[in-house]
Parts: sequence; C-alpha cells; structure tokens
Amino acid sequence: MNSKISNIQRLSNPTAHSLSVAGFFAVMILLIGSVYYATITVDYIWRWYKVPTYFMYKETVIIYADSNGEVKEIKPNGDKFDVIITDDQGDITYTVPKDSFDLDEGDFTSPGDLIAEYEGGWKPGMMTVGLWITLKISFISTILGIFIGILGGVARVSSTPVLKWTAITYVEIIRGSPLLVQIMIAYFVLGTTINKILMMNGLPSLDPEWYGIAALSVFTGAYVVEIVRAGIGAIHSGQVEAARSGGMTYFQCMYYIILPQALKTILPPLAGQFINLIKDSSLLGMISIRELTKATREGITTSLQAFELWIMCAILYLLMTFTLSMCIQYLERRTATK
Amino acid sequence: MIDVKNIYKTFFVPHEVKALVDVSNKIEAGEVVVVIGPSGSGKSTFLRCLNRLETAEHGQILVDGVDIFDPKTDINKVRAEMGMVFQSFNLFPHLSILGNVTITQKLVRKRSKRDREKKAMAILEKVGIADKAHAHPSNLSGGQQQRVAIARALAMDPKIMLFDEPTSALDPEMIGEVLDVMKTLAREGMTMVCVTHEMGFAKEVADRVIFMDEGKIVEEGTPVHFFENPDHDRTKLFLKQIL
Ligand SMILES: Nc1ncnc2c1ncn2[C@@H]1O[C@H](COP(=O)(O)OP(=O)(O)OP(=O)(O)O)[C@@H](O)[C@H]1O
Ligand SMILES: [Mg+2]
Repeated sequence: MNSKISNIQRLSNPTAHSLSVAGFFAVMILLIGSVYYATITVDYIWRWYKVPTYFMYKETVIIYADSNGEVKEIKPNGDKFDVIITDDQGDITYTVPKDSFDLDEGDFTSPGDLIAEYEGGWKPGMMTVGLWITLKISFISTILGIFIGILGGVARVSSTPVLKWTAITYVEIIRGSPLLVQIMIAYFVLGTTINKILMMNGLPSLDPEWYGIAALSVFTGAYVVEIVRAGIGAIHSGQVEAARSGGMTYFQCMYYIILPQALKTILPPLAGQFINLIKDSSLLGMISIRELTKATREGITTSLQAFELWIMCAILYLLMTFTLSMCIQYLERRTATK
Repeated sequence: MIDVKNIYKTFFVPHEVKALVDVSNKIEAGEVVVVIGPSGSGKSTFLRCLNRLETAEHGQILVDGVDIFDPKTDINKVRAEMGMVFQSFNLFPHLSILGNVTITQKLVRKRSKRDREKKAMAILEKVGIADKAHAHPSNLSGGQQQRVAIARALAMDPKIMLFDEPTSALDPEMIGEVLDVMKTLAREGMTMVCVTHEMGFAKEVADRVIFMDEGKIVEEGTPVHFFENPDHDRTKLFLKQIL
C-alpha cells in the first residue's frame, strides 16, 4: 500500500529528484534561519561559547586556613609543594602547585586566610551530570520494566485468576493515570511513608532517585505487559500444547518455548516503549532529581542562556533515543536471521 | 491403564456444542485403539481429555489409577508418561531437531546432556532422520517433521502415545513413512490411542476401533467386526461414505 503510493509518486527524472533534495535542505535552512532571525529581532544574544562549561570545566580550588597556626615548613613534593602548617592540634599538610601560594616558612595564619588558589582538574559540568543521571535512571528502569513486563505478561495470559486478574488490575490502573501523578504518589505518598518507616527502624532513608526509578519502571512495565501479551498471543496455541503435553510446567513452557519465539514480535514495540521511557524521565525533575531537564533548568538560572541550553538539552535526548533505536534495530536484524 | 468414566464436555464459546456426552472407555496396557468418526464428532476432544489438555465438566479419567481431573494431581507428572502427536506437528521452530527432541528430557526428566542426546540420537535413528539432527524444523518436509514430533514424544519414554490425526496434514506420498513408524511402535507393544482416517492402519494394527458420532461412542469392536459387520446403521453409513 505504502510502497505503491511512493511508486506512483516517485520522481522518475533524476534532475527533479535532486531538485527535490535541494528543496528539503532549503526548507530546513529557511526554518532555522527564520527562527534565528526572529531571536535577533527580540535582542537575544546567542552565546554558544558559554555552553561547553556546562559539560566540562576546570575547577578553581581555593584553600583557606581554618585555625591559628604557623607555616612550619615548605618543601617540594614532586612538581608540587607541601605546605605544612602547625597549630595546637598538630601538623596539617597541604599539597599545592608551585606559585599557587604566597607564604613563607615562619608566617602566621589565622582562620580565613588564603593559603592557596589554583586551577584543579577537569570536572563534569551540570549538563554532563544530568545526562549521566538520565542515562542511569533510564537504564535501571528499562531493566526493571522488562522484568516486570515479562512476569506480568506471562501472568496476564495465564488462566489462573490470581495471576491474570492481578496483571489486569495493574495494567489498567497504571495506564489510566498520568505518569506525573504516579511519580508524585511514588515520592510524596509512598516515599514519605517508606522513609519514615526506615527512619523509625534506624535505617537511612532512600534517595528520591529510587522512587523515581520505581515509578518509571512500574509505569513502563504496564505497557510492556501488553506488548508481551500481544507477542505471546501471536504464537500458535499448538506450541503451548506441544510443550505442556510433554509435561513442562506453565513457566517452563513460557520461558523455553513461547517467549523466545515471541521476542521477534515484541522487540519493535518494546523499542518505542523504552524511547518513551527516556523522554518520560524528564518528569523526574519534579521530585528534585537532577536529571538532564532539571540540570538544564538550573543551568539556565545561572547562565541565562536559555535558548542554547534548551536546544542542547533536546539534542542530547535525541542522541539517546536515536542510539537506542539503532541498537534495537540491530537486535531485530539479528533475531530475524536466526 | 486408562479408565474413562462417563465424561461430558460442553463448549460454550462461540456457541454451545456438546462435544462429549457420557463417554466411557477402558484402554488396556499394550492396546492399540483407533478412534474414527465424522468431523466434529468429538474425537479430538476425547483424546485431549486423556491428558487434560481439555477438562471434562463431569466424569472421571483414571490414568494408572490416578484421577487426572483431581486438582491435587500433579498433571505434569501424568503428562510426562503420555506422549502426544498433533496433526500440525507443532515442532518448536526456534530449536534444532536435536533441541526439539532433548528439551523436554532436560526440563521434565532432568536428564544430563549426554544422556538426553544419546537418547535423542537413538530415537531419531529409529524414525529414520538421525542425519537431520542439526537441521531446523522449517527445512524438513511434513513427513520428516511429523516423525520428529513422534521422536520428541518417544524420547520421554512414555507409557502411552496419543495421536490426533497425525497424517491428515501430510501430502499423500509422505503418509506412508509416518504410518510405518506408528506401525512399528504398535508392534513393539506401545499403548496407543490414535484418531485417524487411515482405515488401512486401523485394519492392520488396531486391537480395537471406536466409532464416535455427535459426542458419543456409537460403536466399538475389533477391526474385523467394525469394518465387516457393524451393528449400527450410523456406522454403516459412515463406512459407505469413506470407503
Ligand atoms: N476449543 C473449542 N472451543 C469451542 N468449541 C470447540 C473447541 N474444540 C472443539 N470444539 C467443538 O466441539 C466439537 C467436537 O470437536 P472435536 O475437535 O473434538 O471434533 P473432531 O471429531 O476431532 O473433528 P475433526 O475431525 O474435524 O478434527 C466440534 O463441534 C467443535 O466445533
Ligand atoms: Mg480433531
């Protein structure tokens, strides 16, 4: 159907074809150009050069004295110097680069005095940290989502009421309410309760990240249940009968016979689900998890370069989702040839 | 060996069908029973009740004295002793032939890799496709696939074999090779219940023929009695139609 239409419309003339390709680029450049022009007319000043510091920056290290003391000794230590300061507590050694301090042996220091100031090593910027958190959360939630989804899907197609009805209830509740609300419930209702219980038992409370991961994986899991159910449904019932009539248990039959065959139909919709998961993780900023979107927002409050940072943010999400869909396409091709 | 006592089975979806109505039968060890009857007469349903692929709503089936409809019965244990062969082969397409014949041995019988592969090769040899052990089901002809399916069931060392029209989906030239395997089994003393339209097979190896119609056993007896001198008009009519 699709290919027929494109066959009819296919431009047979090569010149017309390349003109059309050129047209595409013209449209793109025109669009970007006009957006850029519009921003200039409202006096937005683009400062792309500021963006890299949100990914990587050289940290400035400043060391202050915190007691009254005396510089006892300054001695070289490799290409740096050891500055040893004695106070009534004993000796404190600071290892700092050459030229980063302005002290001599015998100088006195009092609290708040500058001891040394120098450029430290490279540090990951806010956006990098945010990107890392988004990746980490998406990865863990994907794994948990697959796990929940497969278990739920197998329960969903079983004829045992406990399993089947539990799975149906789970899917319907989760699919029937907004993810944002579920994240709020996970953090403010469940999170508060669980953390209080942990505290009462003298245990450390859990990070918001974990509640975010729980909300995302439970949400994704519900959709995976339906995907797995459809995949299992596409397998001929004779497969189950052949397996069960040999004496395999329901779960052996699912794990060894049905799921491996269902994987082929499950993979493409699963990819879409996990791409959604990456994008949905942007909601976790609402419960003070500094994932990419939240990091971008915070970056903007300090830099005021809203346009650049939001565009960077979108590009980063695009990169993640694109990489994921490439990986899944590779997997699809591998399972298809098998 | 199998004692079927007054079973009833009704399907309600898509519409009400009385598939089995008060069916009773006793199948002795070593017996070869052939079930025949017109389409929709309940033959498959009867066979599938024997290993509880269908559950009867009334009545009892005892397999070696075990009531298989009793919820306390571990049905997987009973099924492990009963091999089943289907019209549509139902080989596992994601596994090789060897994989098909070893997986149940592994999961249910918990045999070691060496034992189960030795067993599989011996049985594939017997059904004449040892050379295809590493092929995939889709590369085999229908007759070969059905022989693998029989091998898969036999690898479990079952006490009973159930066949549901094993040759109906085959091209005519392949029916013989599958029937030959079944005949060999019958002569070796395997207890068999076969739903089939192969009258030649019934005449040659059956100890008893059961004729079903509209969910009931209309007539049963030795092949000689059944084919040459049936009691019921319904049976005579059926035989006239097919022979
Ligand atoms: N799973 C099912 N759901 C609903 N009705 C069924 C089901 N299985 C069988 N039936 C019905 O029960 C009746 C008996 O079916 P069964 O398959 O046992 O007949 P059969 O003798 O094996 O016929 P055939 O020679 O066509 O295989 C038929 O009317 C059939 O439509
Ligand atoms: Mg049938």
